[in-house]
Amino acid sequence: MIIRLCIVLFYSFSVYATEVQERVLTNGLKVLVKEEHRSPVVVSQIWYKVGSSYEPLGITGISHMLEHMMFKGTNKYPAGEFSKIIAENGGRENAFTGRDYTAYFQTLEKTRLAISFALEADRMQHLKLIAEELEKELQVVMEERRMRTEDNPRAKLQEYLMALAYSNSPYRNPVIGWPADIENYQVDDLLQWYQQWYAPNNATLIVAGDVQAEDVFKLAEHYFAAIPGKAIKTLKPHTEMEQVGVRRMTVKLPAKVPYILMAYKVPSLNTVAAEWEAYALDVLAAVLDGGGSARLPARLQRGQQVASSVGAGYDISGRLEELFLFEATPVNGQSLLDLEIALKTEIRTLQRDAISAHELARVKAQVMAQSVYEQDSLFYQAMKLGIAETVGLGWKKAEQYRDKINQVTAEQVRWVADKYLIESHLSIAYLEPQTMAANAKPGVHHAH
Amino acid sequence: MRIKSSLIAILFGIVSMQALAFPPIKHWQTTQGGLVYFVASPGLPMVDIRLVFDAGSARDGRLDGIASLTSSLLETGAGQWNADQIAQRFDEVGAKYSYATHRDTSWVGLRSLTQADLLEPALGTFQKILSQPQFTREQFLRVKDQKLMGLKQQLEKPGYIAKKNFYQAIYGEHPYAHLVAGDIESIKQIQLTDIKQFYQQYYVRNNAILAIVGDLTESQARQIAETLFKQLKRGEKAKQLSQVVLPKKANKKHIDFPSTQTHILAGLPVLTRNDEDYFPLYVGNHILGGSGLVSLLFNEIREKRGLAYSAYSYFSPLEESGPFTMGLQTQNKQSDMAIELMQTTLADFINKGPTQAQLMAAQKNLTGGFVLRIDNNKKLLNYIAMIAFYQLPLDYLDSFPGKVSRVTVDEIKAAFQRRVKTDLMQIISVGGYSE
Repeated sequence: MIIRLCIVLFYSFSVYATEVQERVLTNGLKVLVKEEHRSPVVVSQIWYKVGSSYEPLGITGISHMLEHMMFKGTNKYPAGEFSKIIAENGGRENAFTGRDYTAYFQTLEKTRLAISFALEADRMQHLKLIAEELEKELQVVMEERRMRTEDNPRAKLQEYLMALAYSNSPYRNPVIGWPADIENYQVDDLLQWYQQWYAPNNATLIVAGDVQAEDVFKLAEHYFAAIPGKAIKTLKPHTEMEQVGVRRMTVKLPAKVPYILMAYKVPSLNTVAAEWEAYALDVLAAVLDGGGSARLPARLQRGQQVASSVGAGYDISGRLEELFLFEATPVNGQSLLDLEIALKTEIRTLQRDAISAHELARVKAQVMAQSVYEQDSLFYQAMKLGIAETVGLGWKKAEQYRDKINQVTAEQVRWVADKYLIESHLSIAYLEPQTMAANAKPGVHHAH
Repeated sequence: MRIKSSLIAILFGIVSMQALAFPPIKHWQTTQGGLVYFVASPGLPMVDIRLVFDAGSARDGRLDGIASLTSSLLETGAGQWNADQIAQRFDEVGAKYSYATHRDTSWVGLRSLTQADLLEPALGTFQKILSQPQFTREQFLRVKDQKLMGLKQQLEKPGYIAKKNFYQAIYGEHPYAHLVAGDIESIKQIQLTDIKQFYQQYYVRNNAILAIVGDLTESQARQIAETLFKQLKRGEKAKQLSQVVLPKKANKKHIDFPSTQTHILAGLPVLTRNDEDYFPLYVGNHILGGSGLVSLLFNEIREKRGLAYSAYSYFSPLEESGPFTMGLQTQNKQSDMAIELMQTTLADFINKGPTQAQLMAAQKNLTGGFVLRIDNNKKLLNYIAMIAFYQLPLDYLDSFPGKVSRVTVDEIKAAFQRRVKTDLMQIISVGGYSE
């Protein structure tokens, strides 16, 4: 009965999805437009195909550093001008860097899209990199790293785990970079990185909102067409060595609560031989941790009550081979080993018995509903296209996602669990809390 | 030249907004007297429903964290269903149940598709959770332990320690003085009977407002509101909170912590939701530390000196005086310098006020970007629920840009001088001890 519901859902919702329109300028800049007329707002995002997985050792984190420096001005718009102009136009802006991309965005009232294009086109080719600005901004990034990673035991555990799980894949390095690398960037490193990757033919411009696609294409032509394309060097494959046995580590840090991470090597949609396997892995992740009725919360938190918190995740959209991750915090009185055993028992069950039709339908119902809910956010819609396009899947893959998930069978879910969640492809990290007073001078100091 | 064209942009922005006209907020009372606020938002076949109770952590009494624990327990069993069945009932129709506790409020929410055969079961489950929670001993003990573990983990974070001490310092004996989740000691003391009592007192019709945003007709919304409110007991509205007593004098407190950065928070209680100084203070703060990459604090601390990744200030208006907060994190050895810089930046701003140009830039940002605040159902819902709970005028959104545009430099300066009292400022730093 629920299966029937899903089909009904799917059928009626396809009416609402608006088509993405694509145009490629002669210099190679790909422009994607998703018209969405609910509100007089427009989101503009420019995605560069470069991120931490492109970086050689010694300058890890340089894509992220360059993202910061992109706000430091050009001849036409000196440091601070970019943000000032966007702010005066009521806009919101920022940027983010991931393993496979660097993206810049502005959200504006719809008539002001040209402002965003003018500024992005300018900094795509005329960034001024100055030693003095780098010196300051490097400190900012060091502070960012301290805040996000150094003083956060769980983030540190994750960083150590990545470096353990991957042998030679660049996914082993943190997006923000290793501290010694951050401290030693030179202007020249950044300049080279900028020249190497920032070009119209290595970027995708995505616009979503209350606009007409044809107008956007014209505007993009006006601002970006004159920027010459560049020869973009082909990336070396960096294919990860096969893992041939379980890897374990214990990390001892000042902390209060123990924590476990488990990571299995799995393909992403981009690297998988048979696509359905990646979609089945995605459904597997939802069976484990999609919604309150999923297996991990239902069985480990509520049923056996071994986990205080628990989760699983898989990122289908990595450019390179991915990790299928489990994380958990024990309840009082349970050890990390107890949790490891409990998690592996759930995995073995999924490898042995296919999930019920009911359970599969529940996962799909959530995916279908989510595909409607996510349309409430313009930003997210643009982002989905940006990721798919930038990791090499192509935006059409993002649009097919719901259909593909709908085709996954219970047997396929069992099959991928059995094929990929295997001991010899597993890495495990335990966080073993050390007393937190260790490095601190005791006491509370008052001053008036 | 640029100023002129930007001025045109402002005018244009305002004109186009008036032409746009906001989706009107429909307001009515159910036959039982329940207060309802509804905005029809067609376009996507979905609806958001939020029931807000005057049952925030300010109502914790002697058991800090009980409001938050009560709201977490609602979904763990209701009517004839246990926690698993409730989760399944929501998941199988793609509905999302959510809840939260803040200082003034606790709310429960439902996001669902509007297709009738999906919405109806979701609503049925939602109603049961609200009106017939089971509060079993087993679930109570489990969730309580979970909360305790979560609170213990928070102690790993210097930012958490700073926040906890900051609220304590600025609020003293007031019910806003503790963090919403309570602390380990207080949670340990809570008994199941306390939870049941808290629920019976505060989760009642006269203590609630209902906000609905989505693809429904008004008559559908009326139907939903009737059913929801009918199932709640009538009860009584929570009593007026006591007024905030300001700290007696400025104070600075450092807490040692094994971290590479020192987290700094500074501020004092200032602003209520219905405050007559609301707009001057709000626009003024936008210039001081509220406008992200272009604020004065951001500029002084990050752009000019590279001292921190984030540096900000904000007002959090509440029923009674909510905090004015300035914050940053910096490596331990720089913390004294950063605190001083933060104080000088504030003192300068209070003494001199903003420049005309700074004010104009802020107004352009706030009015020109106003549509961005309400461009989807989720943001609209947040506004509607806020307007409803704090009984703000129904034209709050319509009049917002106009009120922002009319604020003057002198008003900002006067409001900051009168309200942001630096001689009462509380400063908390948590991190490695700086020599």
